[in-house]
Amino acid sequence: MKSYVAQRLGIALLTLVGMSMVIFALLRLAPGDIVDILFSTAGYVNESDKQALLRELGMDRPYWVQYVDWMRQILTGDLGKSYRYDIPAWEIIRPLLPVTIELAILSIIVAVVLGVPTGVISAVRQDTTLDYVLRVVSLAGLSMPSFWLGMVIILGMVSWLGWIPPMTYVKPTENFRAHAIQFALPALAVGYRSSALIMRITRSSLLEVMREDYIRTAWAKGQAERVVIWHHALKNAILPVVTVIGIEFAFLIGGLVVTETVFNLPGVARFLVQAILWRDYPIVQNLVMFIAIVVILSNLFVDMLYGVLDPRVRYGS
Amino acid sequence: MAARPVGVPVDLVVVGAPARPGWATTLGRFIRRKPLGAAGGVIMLAMLVTAVLAPWLQTHDPIATDAAYTLGRPNADHWLGTDHLGRDIYSRIVHGAWVSLVVGTGSTLLGSVLGGIIGLLSAYVGGKTDLITQRLLDILQGLPLLVLALVMSASLGPSVRNVIIAISIPIIPRASRVIRASVLSIREMQYVEAARALGVRHLRTAFRHILPNTIGPFIVLCTAQLGSAILVEATLSFLGMGVPEPYPSWGRMLSVSAAEYAQKAPHLVLFPGIAISLAVFGSNLLGDALRDTLDPRLRGSR
Repeated sequence: MKSYVAQRLGIALLTLVGMSMVIFALLRLAPGDIVDILFSTAGYVNESDKQALLRELGMDRPYWVQYVDWMRQILTGDLGKSYRYDIPAWEIIRPLLPVTIELAILSIIVAVVLGVPTGVISAVRQDTTLDYVLRVVSLAGLSMPSFWLGMVIILGMVSWLGWIPPMTYVKPTENFRAHAIQFALPALAVGYRSSALIMRITRSSLLEVMREDYIRTAWAKGQAERVVIWHHALKNAILPVVTVIGIEFAFLIGGLVVTETVFNLPGVARFLVQAILWRDYPIVQNLVMFIAIVVILSNLFVDMLYGVLDPRVRYGS
Repeated sequence: MAARPVGVPVDLVVVGAPARPGWATTLGRFIRRKPLGAAGGVIMLAMLVTAVLAPWLQTHDPIATDAAYTLGRPNADHWLGTDHLGRDIYSRIVHGAWVSLVVGTGSTLLGSVLGGIIGLLSAYVGGKTDLITQRLLDILQGLPLLVLALVMSASLGPSVRNVIIAISIPIIPRASRVIRASVLSIREMQYVEAARALGVRHLRTAFRHILPNTIGPFIVLCTAQLGSAILVEATLSFLGMGVPEPYPSWGRMLSVSAAEYAQKAPHLVLFPGIAISLAVFGSNLLGDALRDTLDPRLRGSR
């Protein structure tokens, strides 16, 4: 197990370094540099102002120096300074974190609660009408943009219930009920979408396991259907599902970008969109890096969980 | 049965070789066995027809504004109502199909072809090259698709071409992985060995002998990616990072301005969203059915 953990950690670290290079390169792909874009949006160009800004941002230095400098900043926990607010980035990001984390966790819970049982039912009742209905419903979830689903939910609330969900952020300490409702709706919109993938993987993985000999033995012993499926089969079928939940976490962050915008929640994802729109590149670079770290940590966590759940993984090459 | 070739003895004519079923038979069988997939195909076909015939299907100029009739409810003149600038929503949706399809197929093909070539060469060469390429693609795949497309699109600037490039980048690692897996198994086949033994050069072996056999997974990959590409385009446009004005894009029709008027005019939100969902749903249905039919590993395990 020790060498397994060490190996996974090593890969995660390498991937992280690689990602930082990709992000660094992507943001410098643009024709012209950040300062050009800033000036073109501002609508005037003054060569000496431009040079001053380039120097201030440290962009007159070679790329590798900039990269090393950025890495040093990140390692020391200094996330740079926002252009627009002229205050340290971390001070803006910190209060936004709990919102996004809460929403992400709620969404994953919704996705698992919706996805796993429907996947099991769909597999057990394979090729029945129920199976078809569940599959179409889940595929529909995969097809609807989550931001649109969010808008439709709000619209439905307003026109059928005549009630507008709170559209400005309410702290849980202020009014817990309003806070819960405010988070339940977007979590439902994002979770439904993510549940589709979980449902599909659960279904196909369970179908595969159900054909194994030990399941036939369990049936032959006269074990109840409930025990065979939920105890014997699901235990082995759940491994790919765990992987998908890990992958889904990364997708989910993408989904949050728009959902936070639609539901007007002050989270990191919405802030990323705003920072991009304002061309606040130091922030964008750090936020994307932050997302990359979260994704890698969640992958690492899944790898570890895999090692715990399945002894074969631990001892495998 | 075809006439016996002159000069071939009777006992040498191959008898009983099953005729390859024609495409009509294959299509008929597909419709019978995969009704959902066929439904998806019909949706995609309808979208294609709408996109191509948009100038004839429109009832109004999609970008003409009408200050006298803003946020109009659906009626006989404006079938799906008008938006906050008085533009006809039906005509905008019809033209939006073209934008959606061009960006969707463009980015899917670009990403799949680039990724496919990388996957092909990586698997064919193998060894350290393969290992390093795969790790690099892992890195690219680690970032959420939307975040990557968002950053790309912001850094390239808004235009149809740049949106296509931005959406195609996240597709590359996914495509490369699929093609690589199928090349790895094809590479070991005897006919490839035979080609090499005959002195066929490496590049020719890879592109002429191996590549054609990856067409099945390639088609499956493209249909599956098309749905998500359309979705990403809609999302980018929704956030104001996608296809620029004046092109009518479904995603931009839903953007912040639509949300503002949603209460007064729900049709502003409903119809473009239904169009996006239907298009993505169609390509997902078709992709699923094609995967079941064309991917031998999954055949029968449904």
